[in-house]
Amino acid sequence: MTERSHTDATLRAILCDVLGLDIDHVETFEAGTGLFGHLPELDSMAVAGLLTEIEDRLDVIIDDEDVDGEMLETWGGLLAFAEAKVAGR
Amino acid sequence: MPALFDEANKLRRQTVEVLHRLDLSGIDGVLPDLPGCNDSLRPLEEQTFEHWRECAVAAMAHFRPTHVLAIRGGALLDTGNLPGWRLAPVNGRSVLRSMLRARTVAAKEAGRKETLEGLQGVARKDGIELAGWRMGAEFFRELEQAQPPEVTRLTDLGLADLGGSGLWLRAEPDEDPEQADALAAIIAIGMRPL
Repeated sequence: MTERSHTDATLRAILCDVLGLDIDHVETFEAGTGLFGHLPELDSMAVAGLLTEIEDRLDVIIDDEDVDGEMLETWGGLLAFAEAKVAGR
Repeated sequence: MPALFDEANKLRRQTVEVLHRLDLSGIDGVLPDLPGCNDSLRPLEEQTFEHWRECAVAAMAHFRPTHVLAIRGGALLDTGNLPGWRLAPVNGRSVLRSMLRARTVAAKEAGRKETLEGLQGVARKDGIELAGWRMGAEFFRELEQAQPPEVTRLTDLGLADLGGSGLWLRAEPDEDPEQADALAAIIAIGMRPL
């Protein structure tokens, strides 16, 4: 399995676990699929859980400065952020 | 021993579901409220984590359980030398990190600038309100350092042992009957006289 698909699969699993979403639903997410502001499940407490779980499962550290609207707005933004973090680890 | 704070809320229903299943197996259970949490009348901000530990010991002495199930941050409390289980134990720093982060994310949405480090500094000195819980400075400093004991008679359980996903991660409280079945079965089998 390549690093990219590993990050992709892990991130989808985290979204399922944190937001209680169905895996079949999360599998349909594409780059432009809206997250923050589009998924009612994703409030600030859920964002906190999501980021902490990304840190744990992808073995990265997420700083305050990293967190902005862009990375959380779409699936593509979140995946690109996670991949950049994994690449820089 | 329940999980702590927000995780306790998310897991309350599931925890009670496990207790109901154990009751059907003839096993009585007690789910204590920690001082300052849930139905406790004590102000949380006057608590110290050391006092929580003493209260856990006092609860053990009072109810005299034969076994303990410590869930998530509940594993940070002293359970004496009783046998039992720890479900996905977590250190105090992680409990606080999630709650601090929820606050920084909410602040960002509201256009205020708060950082994890900045909040930690304030909390250690003056205490802090996180996700609606008002913690004193001493409590915060103690919880930050708290670790589940390395030497314990409790057996660690993870999601791999139970199936399903971590309900404490969910944005909303939920329940998982199959996961409750699995956990109750592990406990009931483990408590069977040899």
